[in-house]
Amino acid sequence: MNIYIQPDYEVVRNSDQCIACRVCERQCANGVHSFDPDTGKMKADSTRCVNCHRCVCLCPTHALKIVKSDDTYKINANWDNQTVNEVYRQANTGGVLLSSMGNPKPFPVFWDKMLVNASQVTNPPIDPLREPMETRLWLGKRTAKVERDEKGRLKNTLAPQLKLDVPILFSAMSYGSISYNAHESLARAAEELGTYYNTGEGGLHRDFYRYGKNTIVQVASGRFGVHKDYLEAAAAVEIKMGQGAKPGIGGHLPGAKISADVSETRMIPQGVDAISPAPHHDIYSIEDLRQLVYSLKEATEYKKPVIVKIAAVHNAAAIASGIARSGADIIAIDGYRGGTGAAPTRIRDNVGIPIELALAQVDERLRQEGIRDEVSILVGGSVRSSADVVKAIALGADACYIGTAALLALGCHLCRSCHTGKCNWGIATQEPELVKRLNPDVGYKRLVNLVTAWNHEIQEMMGGMGINSIEALRGNRLMLRGIGLTDTELRLLGIRYAGESL
Amino acid sequence: MKRIYVNEKWCLGCHLCEYECAFAATGLSDMAKALKGKKIYPKITVEDGGSVHFAVNCRHCTDAICVKSCISGALSKGEDGVVRIDKNKCVGCLTCVLVCPFGAVMPAPDGHAAMKCQLCTDNACGTPNCVAHCPNNAIVYEERP
Amino acid sequence: MSMREGQFRNPSGCAVTGVIDRSGRSMSGQCMIDAITVMHDRSNGLGGGFAGYGIYPHYKDHYAFHLFYDSKEAQADTEKFIGRHFEVVYSSEIPTSKIPSVTGEPIIFRYFLAPMPIRLSHSHLDEREYVARCVNRINAEIAGAYVFSSGKNMGIFKGVGFPEDIGRFYRLDEYEGYAWTCHGRYPTNTPGWWGGAHPFGLLDYSVVHNGEISSYDANRRWIEMFGYKCTLQTDTEVITYIIDYLVRKRGLTLAEVAHVIAASFWSTIADKDEEAREQQTLLRRMFPSLLVTGPFSIILGYEGGLMALGDRLKLRSMVCAEKGDKAYISSEESAIRRIEPELDRVWSPAGGEPAVFELYGRGSGK
Repeated sequence: MNIYIQPDYEVVRNSDQCIACRVCERQCANGVHSFDPDTGKMKADSTRCVNCHRCVCLCPTHALKIVKSDDTYKINANWDNQTVNEVYRQANTGGVLLSSMGNPKPFPVFWDKMLVNASQVTNPPIDPLREPMETRLWLGKRTAKVERDEKGRLKNTLAPQLKLDVPILFSAMSYGSISYNAHESLARAAEELGTYYNTGEGGLHRDFYRYGKNTIVQVASGRFGVHKDYLEAAAAVEIKMGQGAKPGIGGHLPGAKISADVSETRMIPQGVDAISPAPHHDIYSIEDLRQLVYSLKEATEYKKPVIVKIAAVHNAAAIASGIARSGADIIAIDGYRGGTGAAPTRIRDNVGIPIELALAQVDERLRQEGIRDEVSILVGGSVRSSADVVKAIALGADACYIGTAALLALGCHLCRSCHTGKCNWGIATQEPELVKRLNPDVGYKRLVNLVTAWNHEIQEMMGGMGINSIEALRGNRLMLRGIGLTDTELRLLGIRYAGESL
Repeated sequence: MKRIYVNEKWCLGCHLCEYECAFAATGLSDMAKALKGKKIYPKITVEDGGSVHFAVNCRHCTDAICVKSCISGALSKGEDGVVRIDKNKCVGCLTCVLVCPFGAVMPAPDGHAAMKCQLCTDNACGTPNCVAHCPNNAIVYEERP
Repeated sequence: MSMREGQFRNPSGCAVTGVIDRSGRSMSGQCMIDAITVMHDRSNGLGGGFAGYGIYPHYKDHYAFHLFYDSKEAQADTEKFIGRHFEVVYSSEIPTSKIPSVTGEPIIFRYFLAPMPIRLSHSHLDEREYVARCVNRINAEIAGAYVFSSGKNMGIFKGVGFPEDIGRFYRLDEYEGYAWTCHGRYPTNTPGWWGGAHPFGLLDYSVVHNGEISSYDANRRWIEMFGYKCTLQTDTEVITYIIDYLVRKRGLTLAEVAHVIAASFWSTIADKDEEAREQQTLLRRMFPSLLVTGPFSIILGYEGGLMALGDRLKLRSMVCAEKGDKAYISSEESAIRRIEPELDRVWSPAGGEPAVFELYGRGSGK
């Protein structure tokens, strides 16, 4: 017997406002809304609602809202409703709980406990509307030898680097986990912004090879979609060792999302769950990683930087040190709040560490060892605003990956139901009827808007600090102060408390 | 001239355009007040066929057959290219409804005249309301060669 | 209990000035005292100093260490350290005059040194690196001792007070050199420690700086990867280390250094000819963390030359002038006019554009 579980959220319709146009009904892939011809009124079945807000947003008279249900079991600070419901759900099904997107638990957000400096009197703030304010940067190794040609000019001995006009990249989201139109939006936006998007482990659709110079292709443990043309098409290759949302396990794409097109792109069977292995089975140690790094460099004739992406875990600093010595050009660190298209709930909510602490420790360790310039550092895993970007760079990052924020720009409302494959916003789905809801002409423009807006804000904050190049912000921790942090947290972040002077 | 075009690829079949069209015609500012409990008579209609959806409205044909066939001179093509109907001249013969190959001219709710899309030049919106509210940019208002 | 320089960041406004006779003729330090006196209001009595080049011709092949000691114990410890690492050719207290407004002076000594050959060869270091590391060790490890000058045939003289008083305190009218720089400080904190005054020196490099750089911690955390320890937490210190690193350790020219620390904007670089564009882009890609932002105007002194450099937005004043063999650099033209009213040429270098003045025949560059 299955125990009935009361839905967490309820659909509330203001019947004075509802004109029964049935837009909500047509737009809900979960079948929440229906029209009752007997009463001439709309009805809603809240048990089907995932709270994606598609109906709320499209209702022309704003007659709908979704509210948190006030139904409750006996109040229990230990056994809250969700905990109890999860037990019922597992007792009903015998299954591992699945979730999507980032860890929603109320852990501390360290971004919100750091404050940024501004110039007053002793040096001038700089006005980005009137003076140049540079956000361009290059990612990759900077450990070039100083060599000169016969005329005494410096020779370019740099390893390949990636040029970014903004310190923001779109993080890895595979074709399969997200839709064709979502990918097209990301690719076109990356091109227009002068940055990069990342294929994730889902391969690269043939149609998108033309965005290759703005594409980072991923090589993950399942090797989905990896072949010669794929590597050659890209600007950089990323080895995915781990993901912040699910450290220690491989990717999981439900079979329902493996359409013919996804199957062809990934080079895997249609309709069958694609579960990539937890480790790379050719990497059981750091020296094995070095071999894969150099295999990929050989395969791409040393023309492309190689990124190694890890989940932020307890030993991130030491791991990063190993990676910096492995030949990799860039380290990407993904914090425990990072998004995912599907992850076991317990792993998503309990494994890994905050990106802020991991970043601070990785950057400091690499500097202590004198190898910070062997690699650039990319961070992701819940970078939510331009302020987070500024703080990340001041802590020591070169640039930030954004995933969730990019999806929000495309319409995502964080209902965390990607794994069902029925995304009403046309993002995390492969159903043609739903995919078409995301028009890339609209989507790409919204992404460009978002990053452009963030970049303006970054410039404003930099200008306030009297800094006119993003390079001078990188690792500039004196520009940060902590608030509401313990001594240990301050020490780990390498910053002082608010009110402590220079 | 700028015309309304519909990209079938992006039309979701949500039918919002029909309601926005009907709302525009009321001249009211509150859609619930304007449309609640009423049957709507939009000048744009979404044709649904399985997974294919397509919103249809007046093309403002260069050589408009409705204008040619109008027995009372109520239909005319303006210098701006917009095909308009003068309700005062319309005798309600509905010849235009019969001849329009797109089904874009229809009887007005009162049954005594025809009506058609006039690109919201005949209401307070000024620019096409269906275009402004299409959630997926499937309906666009633009100049095409 | 007030903190000593190095335990906190101490942003300062300042006056800087410098002069070089490119024919190598000597002039006494009095000219600098005269020049800086005009800019009295740019200092607040909390720091002043001078660097003179060519002032120790009798010991020109030896490293001249100038030290501040807080105590006799610190001096004893330091002299033990020096004795282990160097041959001491000559040492003495640095001669000073009593000036009523200059108080609280530490014990001030100088030593002319040659690295101990065996220790040097065992260290597998190049001689200058050996000396630089010894300086760093004294400053970092011996409490109450501070090496504030360590170059050959040059010396830094500094202290807490107005610069003209500091100059008289050190009796600089008695020294003759082919080049001088001077610094008057306007710190926004109360230091009270003589080591915190400027110029800042390492080997024959001396830097006087006016400004407050916003890139400080980015620069500091980067340069500290390479054995430098920014104990003073001053802009001048980190800029000196950056220049030392780029010139001495990486082999860049001064012009190239300028393109690193005061790099042109990307938009400016884009308009340059192909070679300049490639070279400057390359420098920015190789050393992005050494870009210095925020206001600064510096005068770098080194063996055989002076370089003036302002930040890329030119947020601090800097005037250059020439009269015959002499070249002048100053925060204000008035200071130059004070010591040479009739000038051949006066100009303000653009932000990020280095002005280099060297002894004839030295050959521009390092």
